[in-house]
Amino acid sequence: MTNRIDTVFAALKAQGRAALVTFITAGDPDVKKSLEVLKSLPAAGADIIELGMPFTDPMADGPTIQASSLRALASGASMQTTLQMVRDFRTSNTTTPIVLMGYANPCFQYGFEKFAKDAAAAGADGLIIVDLPPEEDDALLEYTKPAGLHLIKLVTPTTTDARLKAILPKASGFLYYVSITGITGAASADIPAVKKHIESIRKHTDLPVAAGFGIKTPDDVAAFKSAVDAVVVGSAIVEKVSVANDAMEFVKTLRAAL
Amino acid sequence: MQNTLRQQPDERGHFGPYGGRYVAETLMPLILEVEKAWNTAKNDPTYWAQFDELMRDYVGRPSPLYFAEPTTKKLGGAKVYFKRDELNHTGSHKINNTIGQILLAMRMGKTRIIAETGAGQHGVATATVCARFGLPCTVFMGATDIERQKPNVFRMKLLGAEVRPVTSGAGTLKDAMNEALRDWVTNVHDTFYIIGTVAGPHPYPSMVRDFQSIIGREARAQMLEREGRLPDLLVACIGGGSNAMGLFHPFLDDTSVKIMGVEAGGYGLDKAHAASLNGGKPGILHGNMTYLLQNADGQIEEGHSISAGLDYPGIGPEHAWLHDEKRAQYVSITDEEALEGFKQCTRLEGIIPALEPAHAYAQVMKVAPKMKPSDIIIMNMCGRGDKDIFTVAERFGVSL
Repeated sequence: MTNRIDTVFAALKAQGRAALVTFITAGDPDVKKSLEVLKSLPAAGADIIELGMPFTDPMADGPTIQASSLRALASGASMQTTLQMVRDFRTSNTTTPIVLMGYANPCFQYGFEKFAKDAAAAGADGLIIVDLPPEEDDALLEYTKPAGLHLIKLVTPTTTDARLKAILPKASGFLYYVSITGITGAASADIPAVKKHIESIRKHTDLPVAAGFGIKTPDDVAAFKSAVDAVVVGSAIVEKVSVANDAMEFVKTLRAAL
Repeated sequence: MQNTLRQQPDERGHFGPYGGRYVAETLMPLILEVEKAWNTAKNDPTYWAQFDELMRDYVGRPSPLYFAEPTTKKLGGAKVYFKRDELNHTGSHKINNTIGQILLAMRMGKTRIIAETGAGQHGVATATVCARFGLPCTVFMGATDIERQKPNVFRMKLLGAEVRPVTSGAGTLKDAMNEALRDWVTNVHDTFYIIGTVAGPHPYPSMVRDFQSIIGREARAQMLEREGRLPDLLVACIGGGSNAMGLFHPFLDDTSVKIMGVEAGGYGLDKAHAASLNGGKPGILHGNMTYLLQNADGQIEEGHSISAGLDYPGIGPEHAWLHDEKRAQYVSITDEEALEGFKQCTRLEGIIPALEPAHAYAQVMKVAPKMKPSDIIIMNMCGRGDKDIFTVAERFGVSL
């Protein structure tokens, strides 16, 4: 079966447009509302959806996403409810890719093998497990490959060429370029430096490159769009979901910037 | 190759299935840089000469091996010795590690130090070495712990450190560690993270162990000189497990020496506690695979102990491995038992122990009477109890 991530990137490449990747935390503020938001995202302009699997100790995330995880957990979210959200989403949408993003321990407790199988069966297309660098990801990769899930790898401003050589053989789907040295939702990226680094990365791979972390506004999206194949907005959307309840209007403005 | 338990971890930082480097890619270059610098430093005699001199003249090592005669008489069994690491400068074993790491940080040209702290002992030990070497220091401490440990917060500030309150999560040690990791990825170029225990991503567990092993090396030599033989049993308390690993490691291949680690049993293993090995299961947190307190969904749970230094929901990966290998036995002591140990040690020995080693003492109270008078125990008295008098007074219903 063709992976939806590959289909979307191929289609957008033909159109000459970068993808909008939107992040929300599954179960924030509760499973019911979160499912409504999830279902509304494609119509508002999301090309790919990153669905955060809540974890008590999200060490790569800033205060906004930390708080969203804790809200979700407090409302009863779990790996079971997250996978159920994906199943429910797929009853009305069969084309928008879903990437499950989170930390290793909830997946490890679920069982890596069962997790890969169940995530794929639910309708997920890829995984980003933040704290599984190439040194430690074999135990999961063994099961994501046969399940047809992309295990998406992170590249950062501190990634050297030598390190890139360790990451690329294990990467599939797309490369997630972390555009700042820091946590999600932090200070804005040094865009010229990021562009330069991404250009040099492209010499080593044909995978699509997405930029994320610290991208908050339509202006940020516009500034990145020529350099990357996808732009990821996370904390800024999560904030709209929890505070203003006007996330879809915001997603539309992000999409308009592409 | 000789069959030894002392050559862990492998080159990727694994102790059997435990340990490793479970960190975001943003951190990997930093971890690899620390590892490279550490591999060079640990083979450099000038580095160790500097470390040894500071251990002797600044920390006050070797710490004495003390025959606890009143305790031995009272318990009526094995001979009990204390390794007196509470006599170190700053009052605990933590300084052994912070000196080792700040020397490494300076070799690497780092100009800013960060640390996490729970009870405040590691924060104080870090603030101390930063004052000594003139480096700015930021200590992350849970807001809840700041309330519980005011004297140590003031000590850190006196020493010139910035104490940054952490309000995320429950505001305790694990949250402080999350926040320190976040700071580190944000300030990659100038900052060195001094982790306080034998946990975290490789190379920290083995590096911190190598600094703390001075405890066991001294104790082994002192015991051989004093009694002409090795001890029969080692006892040490465990939060993350650095004082225990420091005592145990030099004895791991001495098969006649039994090893016992004492976890914080809190209100009891069926209630709130901090006994990761006895009441947790393997998982991934803070860069390593190890036993963790967690629910069935893999969400991390808060530990509880009367001792703020023991209420971490994880344990160093080498302990997890020694537990599975059955080279060491891990038991737990409740808050109540630890308080009894605290009282007895104070009244019998004239030594006010920290609540952490009071757990080890309470275990000695249980096992020494069952042993022969010719048997010998070494217990690590890893910290002094001045910091705990407020907690203990509250438990005894005394207002200070």
